[in-house]
Amino acid sequence: MTGVIAQSVHIESPYSAEAEAFIGDLRREYGQADYWLQPDCLDMPTLWVAPETLLPLLRHLKTEISRPFLMLYDLSAIDERLRLHRGEREAQQPQSDFTLVYQLLSLERDLFIRIKVALPESRLSVPSAIPVWACANWYEREVWDLFGIGFVGHPNLRRIMMPSTWQGHPLRKDHHARATEVDPFSLSPEKQRAEQEALLFKPEEWGMSRASDSSEFMFLNLGPNHPSVHGVFRVALQLDGERIVDAVPDIGYHHRGAEKMAERQAWHSYIPYTDRIDYLGGVMNNLPYVLALEQLAGIPVPPRAQTIRVMLCEFFRIASHLVFYGTFAQDVGQMSPVFYMFVDREKLFGIIEAITGGRMHPSWFRIGGVAQDLPEGWDKMVREFLDYMPKRLREYEGMVLKNKILQQRTRGIGVYNTDEALEWGATGPGLRATGLEWDLRKRRPYSGYDQFEFDIPTYDGGDCYDRCRVRVEEIWQSLRIIRQCLDNMPSGPYKSDHPLTTPPLKARTMHDIETLIQHFVNNSWGPVMPAGEVCVAVEATKGLNSYQIVSDGGTNAYRARIRTPSFPHLQMIPLLSRGLLVSDLIAIIASIDFVMADVDR
Amino acid sequence: MNTSPWAALLNIFGVLLVAVLLAALLTWGERRLLGFWQDRPGPNRVGPFGTLQVVADMIKLFFKEDFVPRFADIPVFVLAPTVVMAAMLLGFAVIPVSPAIGVIDLNVGLLFFLAMSSMAVYSVVLGGYASNNKYALLGGLRAAAQTVSYEVFMGLSLMGVVMMSGSFNLREIVQAQENTWFVLPQFIGFLVFFIAGIAESHRLPFDLPEAEHELTAGFHTEYSGMKFGMFFVGEYLSVILISALITTLFLGGWLGPWLPPVVWFLLKTSVLIALFILLRAALPRPRYDQLMHFGWKFMLPLSLANLLITAGVLLWIQ
Repeated sequence: MTGVIAQSVHIESPYSAEAEAFIGDLRREYGQADYWLQPDCLDMPTLWVAPETLLPLLRHLKTEISRPFLMLYDLSAIDERLRLHRGEREAQQPQSDFTLVYQLLSLERDLFIRIKVALPESRLSVPSAIPVWACANWYEREVWDLFGIGFVGHPNLRRIMMPSTWQGHPLRKDHHARATEVDPFSLSPEKQRAEQEALLFKPEEWGMSRASDSSEFMFLNLGPNHPSVHGVFRVALQLDGERIVDAVPDIGYHHRGAEKMAERQAWHSYIPYTDRIDYLGGVMNNLPYVLALEQLAGIPVPPRAQTIRVMLCEFFRIASHLVFYGTFAQDVGQMSPVFYMFVDREKLFGIIEAITGGRMHPSWFRIGGVAQDLPEGWDKMVREFLDYMPKRLREYEGMVLKNKILQQRTRGIGVYNTDEALEWGATGPGLRATGLEWDLRKRRPYSGYDQFEFDIPTYDGGDCYDRCRVRVEEIWQSLRIIRQCLDNMPSGPYKSDHPLTTPPLKARTMHDIETLIQHFVNNSWGPVMPAGEVCVAVEATKGLNSYQIVSDGGTNAYRARIRTPSFPHLQMIPLLSRGLLVSDLIAIIASIDFVMADVDR
Repeated sequence: MNTSPWAALLNIFGVLLVAVLLAALLTWGERRLLGFWQDRPGPNRVGPFGTLQVVADMIKLFFKEDFVPRFADIPVFVLAPTVVMAAMLLGFAVIPVSPAIGVIDLNVGLLFFLAMSSMAVYSVVLGGYASNNKYALLGGLRAAAQTVSYEVFMGLSLMGVVMMSGSFNLREIVQAQENTWFVLPQFIGFLVFFIAGIAESHRLPFDLPEAEHELTAGFHTEYSGMKFGMFFVGEYLSVILISALITTLFLGGWLGPWLPPVVWFLLKTSVLIALFILLRAALPRPRYDQLMHFGWKFMLPLSLANLLITAGVLLWIQ
């Protein structure tokens, strides 16, 4: 230990062979040299380009380069105006007030890359990437809404998270973060009327006509309060009879500013907030966050902690999939399965509760490990569950999957193929239901997943039914992984000995003043993470979930970007539902398996 | 049948009261049964085994704000829920509960029942239309289409029974089953009528006009308080009515050894009601167009075939 505040460095570059291969390919195949490769970004290759050269580069990466980057994985921005550490000497980043961050994914290369665009405050606009990727639409709206960066050529650049009447752009550093920083809120009748007026759906704004040659369309607000939209989510439907002509999903009703909160919470105290992103995923949400911080600070995680994490994550995958399974059946009108599945979930929560003390939101992972060691007798509970579950799953298969009415309702409904999935940024079971065998746990293993034996279930129909079947198969695979955790749980510490782990270990505090101070500082301020930027993705319950953390060498994040799988999935709803009936839309919504907290953050 | 006016009055009000009470009790019974099948207790707090839940629900419904939306077509909106109650209660008039109990002995009892069950759909369609709400409208539309297609073979499926007993009079139909219940020779007719009966009473898997998951509450989205209560009780009344009618037509009505006729009748009806509830617990809901296809392309030919075969067999026997 070197001082009061531990100095730490990145762990040895995870810059893999794939990343080196990509940089070689780029140099060879992309004629221009109008980009700058940021040398100190160690989690993935990061290219900086000027706004003018952005689209040509994106297009090249998507269509021309060998083993192309078919998915626009994420798009967000950073308000750099208050940032102190932006690299030194040869790693000095270009002058920028706002930096756009495009993150691309190549499934063939198993590689993420980052494209950054520096923008001065005086000219906050770039050409829209929609011509290259259709799914850029919502991402660009989100960046416009939260940062005020314009996208030239965007067909409908309006707010997506905040109400259309909102003043300012919340993720800018000069926007207030708490209601106590501004005048008390009041709602006068006029203001209420104006707000309600702003919520009215105007078809013309979305390029819809009110009537065709033969009939007048009905516009139906499905939501934000509707039994089947799984939260507060609105789909404005253009209907011809019961047939859907077009649909406009409207999100943002569940937006709580989780990314903004990350900028004021200490590194450690933000962990409980992550639990509430995908609120069915529990500790699965903690994982990408703590993994990112561990990579940033170079904290090695002991094998026991890794295995405990894997086991709990798979428990939560089962819990989330059980909720999906039940509500999926319920949304096509089958009343009972959801009750049986909640009974199983209750059993599962009994184990979670015994281990963590919490149920849906245990917030149990810590930077450097987990909060506590496994309790005595955990193995007995887990074993009982593993023996109990298969029989139930077989019963459900007969009850739900083999039901002819359910099959008629969901087969061939809401179909997309692999190309469409990649174009629209679909990941997780929705991608695997199109026949593509791609699972991050296998392709870029994290937290020791490479030590486990499991299969990646796929089906190739790409419809609602197959999305359900993939998830059911994944429950089986998760049981398999948990069985391996149970049989091979390593011994050893449950948390790293590193000085930046939270809460700091207490063993040596009474022996010397340095560790006492370290302990005191880490407990009161929280740990100080080294400056840098890192992004870690995990295969969460609903698809790829990642936390992109920018640290400015402080006690909290300078910027935390949460990429959630449900956000791009919801954007596909119009594509999937055009020409179908309202009942089909409900089946599609059920098969996507989203929670609005995961979409809006 | 006894013809003294007091006995007649007792008969009328007895049947009326028992029907309404049963319907009310069914709101509790259904939830308890569903709870039983779904591994959960169901309502068990009010009174012994939760039986007083009915009273609690009634108090709740009566004291709820009886809200009439400003945009509704008010006279129709107010009248619609009464139609289903009235039609269903009138339907009970022709049901012969036992040799001594039964309100009226009509020669065209069966036709009277069919007429009343058709009347009930006005409730749903008008309620959906008058609410001036888009979900309600879609629910009403579905109800109209569903009734038109299911009414057709509902009537046809009963013609086999009529041919075999040679009468539209429900009492005579019961008496004709002295030797064999019609469920055996008329098994197809029984199945078709049972399915059509579910569709008539808008219960899962045929609850498309209501379809909670699609249309929030379908035709009764805008209804609250006792108006909603009337739709609710109307639905249970129709479940009881259909079950009672199936008992009468196919299961030999009050006929049975040892026990008194009324008990037999109630027993058979209860089993059928439980079957209704079990179906609700077990099956998902088909899509609207699939339901139509099923009705016109499968059920209708089936009931026509049943009719022809029954006629052929009867002619051959004679």
